[in-house]
Amino acid sequence: METTGSKLKRVVIEPVTRVEGHGKVTLHLDEEGKLHDARLHIVEFRGFERFIQGRPYWEVPVLVQRLCGICPVSHHLAAAKAMDMIVGAEKLTPTGEKMRRLMHYGQTLQSHALHFFHLVSPDLLFGFDADPAVRNVIGVAMKHKDLAVQGVMMRKYGQEIIKATAGKKIHGTGAIPGGINKSLSLEERDGFLKGLGQIKEWAEGALALARKYTEDHLKELAGFGSFDSNHLSIVREDGAMDLYDGNLRAIDSEGKKIFDQVAPVDYLKHIKEEVRSWSYMKFPFIESLGTEKGWYRVGPLARVNTCDFIDTPVAEKERKELLQLTNGKPNNITMAYHWARMIELVHSLEKIAELLNDKDLQGSDLVVQGERRHEGVGILEAPRGTLFHHYRVNDDDQIEMANLIVSTTSNNEPMNRAVTSVAKQYFDGRAVTEGMLNRIEVAIRAYDPCLSCATHALGRMPLTVAVYDHQGKLLDRVVREGE
Amino acid sequence: MSRRVLVFGIGNPGRRDDGLGPALAEALEARQLAGVTIDADYQLTIEDSVSVAEHDLVVFADADAVGPEPYSLKPIGPAAGGVGFSTHGAEPGGVIALAQQVFDKKTEAYLFGIRGYEFELSVEMTEKAKANLEKALAFLEPLLRGEGSFAEAAASFCA
Repeated sequence: METTGSKLKRVVIEPVTRVEGHGKVTLHLDEEGKLHDARLHIVEFRGFERFIQGRPYWEVPVLVQRLCGICPVSHHLAAAKAMDMIVGAEKLTPTGEKMRRLMHYGQTLQSHALHFFHLVSPDLLFGFDADPAVRNVIGVAMKHKDLAVQGVMMRKYGQEIIKATAGKKIHGTGAIPGGINKSLSLEERDGFLKGLGQIKEWAEGALALARKYTEDHLKELAGFGSFDSNHLSIVREDGAMDLYDGNLRAIDSEGKKIFDQVAPVDYLKHIKEEVRSWSYMKFPFIESLGTEKGWYRVGPLARVNTCDFIDTPVAEKERKELLQLTNGKPNNITMAYHWARMIELVHSLEKIAELLNDKDLQGSDLVVQGERRHEGVGILEAPRGTLFHHYRVNDDDQIEMANLIVSTTSNNEPMNRAVTSVAKQYFDGRAVTEGMLNRIEVAIRAYDPCLSCATHALGRMPLTVAVYDHQGKLLDRVVREGE
Repeated sequence: MSRRVLVFGIGNPGRRDDGLGPALAEALEARQLAGVTIDADYQLTIEDSVSVAEHDLVVFADADAVGPEPYSLKPIGPAAGGVGFSTHGAEPGGVIALAQQVFDKKTEAYLFGIRGYEFELSVEMTEKAKANLEKALAFLEPLLRGEGSFAEAAASFCA
């Protein structure tokens, strides 16, 4: 047993879903058995920066995909954007930029669809207290077969867009420094256009489901793992939501701008990372506000809060309705992430429709280059939030320095606060009940954290819940076996 | 109509022996076996149920961190599994269950575990894992060519 102080005892909730990338929750109790503090520990792999040192810069957009099996496209594109700066590509060709955007919206579509249908819909459809044997995607398939079909087919549609733009399903090579290495054939375009109407209809159905759930349960959700916070994302120069490119904007819980239109290359002037002794994962914060007040949220809810508008009609209408819940001010309800995520799902499809009807995707001018530089920063909005890639390259074209801030790192403090809030509400000081465990999971899941920058090997999949008293004696232990 | 077989390699080639599944898939793809479809990814996800439903027999090849050396083969059926904190991956039993529930297809399925040892960030597999991979290929290829029964082969691992 670990202790944080001589009079505290600790409860551990540890899901080992990957060899490296797993998380665990520890609940720290005082002598009376009341919750003192809760911490989410995420084993973040920090060796990647060292792994690519010495490698030629043009390999990086492919190499970084080894970092994460969940969002390789986001890393691929963020690295490529940084390498655009290295090769002096001030502005990509229309074909280069639009092919990358199509890849990015395809990634956002498949990621958001998977999260909603696979991980979240069982909670929303069956309730937090439903039997875990039913509260999963198979349970959804049995009771709501149409929804399961939609989730599978939407995910497949997004994956096919990725394959068509990145070249292959894993370790894609589509984005290269200064542009892209292929355009979209008319045959590929027509195939995507043919299926688009049905996918969009299903996406709008998922959006309606998320909105209705939020509105119907507003009173309960407003007090569930929620808190005021700052929000951060990139936005376009005119303030529009832009998931692929833009400048940094941060707002406080009331909507007041903390900074705005900060160029990606200047991110270190505003964002710092704090190290805490008990966590491998850093805690980013806005330097001007300090560590106590400078933490912020990223991801769908943050993006809906920070932008001035969304430039596609259905998503914009929904954004306005979501913000009406909080009288036009930023929405700080953690569970509203799901509604915001579905707004982005529909937005991505609206953008995919725009792009597929743009003849630039069949262009042949794919790459630009300019004056060689030694430093590049690429920032984009990955499905889970703002993703920073920063590299320095020497005269021999080798990577000298790499710094990555992934979205789950930015959401580290908010997730800790969500866990603390839920644990204070539901932990009775004795045992970890199924209901409490799932509520903690529900709160963390709202952020769609990526804990799996790691391996998938057989034999490492149990979920362990253990309760110890303040003397280290095991009081309770629950193992939720993986397959 | 002849039997349609899918071999799906699971794992991250950037994590040493975790790349055993994709490495097996790559080696089999080069052999161009008739009636055998090859696929690979970091992890299974729900849309893989579509391709599972399109085949009569599926072999999921994955690195095994704790299983017997050099490999093992076992039949698997539909399983609901659970929902964790965050993982977006699905388990073989879950994908089979989805194929059954969503596409009304009962696919014969096996989990082929190849023993691995090191899983840190590196592209080079360990020598022991490479040796296991060669033995695994020598075992699996005849079965994929129709020489022998998967069910009987898997039964030999249950003893």
